[in-house]
Amino acid sequence: MTDSAASGVLLTGGAGWLFVIFAVFALGTAVAVVVARNPVHSALFLLSSFLLVACIFFLQKAEFVGAVQILVYAGGIMVLFLFVIMLVHQRTVKTVKTFQHQWDIALLFLVVFLIPFLYVFWTEKFPEIPANPDALRMVRGKIAGNTEAVAWLLYRDYLLPFEVASVFLLVAMIGAVVLGKRSVEKVD
Amino acid sequence: MTITLNHYLVVSFLLFSIGLFGVLVRRNFLTVLMSVELMLNAVNLNLVAFSQRLSDLTGQVFAVFVITIAAGEAAIGLALTISLFRQRRTLNVEEASTMQG
Repeated sequence: MTDSAASGVLLTGGAGWLFVIFAVFALGTAVAVVVARNPVHSALFLLSSFLLVACIFFLQKAEFVGAVQILVYAGGIMVLFLFVIMLVHQRTVKTVKTFQHQWDIALLFLVVFLIPFLYVFWTEKFPEIPANPDALRMVRGKIAGNTEAVAWLLYRDYLLPFEVASVFLLVAMIGAVVLGKRSVEKVD
Repeated sequence: MTITLNHYLVVSFLLFSIGLFGVLVRRNFLTVLMSVELMLNAVNLNLVAFSQRLSDLTGQVFAVFVITIAAGEAAIGLALTISLFRQRRTLNVEEASTMQG
């Protein structure tokens, strides 16, 4: 699994085929999320989609993002989703349609939207800068590892967005608690 | 098999459009939220692909922030779902809608 420093090539050989397998399965499970009738099935397909995308991140030498993806998305958000699905699960199995009434127009719009974008993404030629895979692991000129390199960037150059993100999480937590409360009864 | 940036972009865009379709047409509100997570995931894929291509870690840092925001947004969305269920006893977006026409 070597990266070629030649222009534009990111993955070669066996790693390339691995990417194709992961991508095909990630897209397949994503389609299953949208098409599944039961929301629990959708949640489980989404979980596997997240894990497959995390595998793609590892192939792209983004180990920190891949690990955070598994921890936060697969381990946190999907557990939250499953809790809520179980909480509001209705016993009576109603024969309700999966898609809203406008699904055919939406599909048509999507296909029309897809074709030009796919053409551009497939044929666009990017500038021929050689990709330097070691730059993703360097800390102050020495090879250290992806997590160290990301941490070096996160806590120095991007400290302000980091602090803003933590305030955002605090606000989201307060908001979720307030929204989840039952209506407060008046106390005499 | 040689993979270039274009392959990553195509996969990311297809993932995004699948999520977009889910947001537009699913009846269950929870599945709509899951489709939003799919779209955010696709954006992350795009960011990390460019980060690898340009040998710049900024894309990966941005992806970490996107994951953070997605987590907060999922929490709020789920709290809203519970609130919606308490008010209208249904998760069907067409039934819960009070808009005329």
